[in-house]
Amino acid sequence: MCLSIPSKVVEIDDNNMATVDTMGIKRHVSLDLIADEINIGDYILIHVGFAMNKIDEEEALQSLEVYREMLEAMEEEERRQVIESDDQCDNRTQV
Amino acid sequence: MSELQLKDLYDGFRNPDVIKALAKAITDEAKNLKKPLNIMEVCGGHTHTIMKYGLKQLLPQNIDFIHGPGCPVCIMPKERIDHAIALAQMEDTILLTLGDMIRVPGSKSSLAVERANGCDIRALYSPLDAIQIALDNPDKKVVFFAIGFETTTPMTAALLEQVEKQGIANLYFHINHVLVPPAVDAIMADGQAKINAFIGPAHVSVISGAKIYQPLPEKYGAPVVVSGFEPIDVLQSILMIVRQKNEERCEMEIQYSRSVTLEGNIKAQVMIAKFMEPREHFRWRGIGDMPDSALVLREQYTAYDAEKIFADILPTEPIDDHKLCICGTILKGLAKPNDCQVFGTACTPNTPMGSCMVSSEGACNAYYRYGEI
Ligand code: SF4
Ligand code: SF4
Repeated sequence: MCLSIPSKVVEIDDNNMATVDTMGIKRHVSLDLIADEINIGDYILIHVGFAMNKIDEEEALQSLEVYREMLEAMEEEERRQVIESDDQCDNRTQV
Repeated sequence: MSELQLKDLYDGFRNPDVIKALAKAITDEAKNLKKPLNIMEVCGGHTHTIMKYGLKQLLPQNIDFIHGPGCPVCIMPKERIDHAIALAQMEDTILLTLGDMIRVPGSKSSLAVERANGCDIRALYSPLDAIQIALDNPDKKVVFFAIGFETTTPMTAALLEQVEKQGIANLYFHINHVLVPPAVDAIMADGQAKINAFIGPAHVSVISGAKIYQPLPEKYGAPVVVSGFEPIDVLQSILMIVRQKNEERCEMEIQYSRSVTLEGNIKAQVMIAKFMEPREHFRWRGIGDMPDSALVLREQYTAYDAEKIFADILPTEPIDDHKLCICGTILKGLAKPNDCQVFGTACTPNTPMGSCMVSSEGACNAYYRYGEI
């Protein structure tokens, strides 16, 4: 489901690709759809490999706390799957 | 950079006490409702939340949910899936798509069956992955079967931009991007569904802006609240709707203000408009043909348009659903999954007869997984 866990930007490369940290899982996403300047430490909402928008930090921290409680109980692999399917909605890669 | 501060933080979007308090507030307010309230949740993500957390059971009798057409997999008519299959069957072709689409039955087969038969069909995590696949397979035709509402459309546009920039010549697009407002309009214009309020899709609005729902309240006398996906988001949205009714207001409001603005993501909107324009008409599964309800590649991008380039192998006949499957009636807000004769018997997530059971956001799938409401 598209709960959209806020992801924190930890690195940005020359191709406008960011490395983000979503609850401890690292992913690569494109910043091509974002007009605002994105800096390391910003929180963004992700959908199928793209940042959709920047989220207010305070709001991001609030939602993160909820997800953290849920996900903490899981094993690393399970957690990776949940996070990767989270921003997929209609577009889950499960087959 | 502040780190997570457990104790200072808001209680969370699933806190049982908050859920109970909200349910009570809704129940109190709902006593003053003059008429029962039928709320359509347009998006499958909300159907899922309502079912998963049993929100209907927490609410008074005079509030009911009508499930809407908001799942791109559910509304894909069989002939479009047949297109995907025909494209995948071409020689030296790799067909790419996103997610659940692979299991949806077409008229005779599905992409999953064709893959088992040896076609090269791959589910992508992100549309951008298509570039590497096209570069790695220069002798092949790579076709991206693009699906999704306003949420996913800009990702396809961003992919097109990269394809253009990098001069990739072997990547083609079959565009099935559809638009929420025309579908809602068609359902309301039909007049049969008894809808007095809407929960508006959140992520669609992150891109398009909540402004796309602004005409609805005036047109149909139904308030719209754009809602997040957590149970607390949905309950708060319902409370906002009930309050509007009791205060005799009828407006578009945004509950999901942590991500949605009125204007949306302008850069994404500009990028979509560069590559795509409204399609004269598109047939939605169950709802039927609607003008301007989907997008098509602009004329100048015909070189990428799989629908034009491979037109001679694509079937054109519209194909209806299995006679017993009532997905269409469900998508129009006129029936619920357990009204279907084969729900849970001949039709299950493992043996789906219709896309509402295949899709993880589909109403039939949610009812099957979480039981009746
Ligand atoms: S992508 Fe997510 S937000 Fe958009 S329609 Fe699907 S479930 Fe709803
Ligand atoms: S239960 Fe199956 S056959 Fe019935 S409406 Fe849902 S998807 Fe169609």
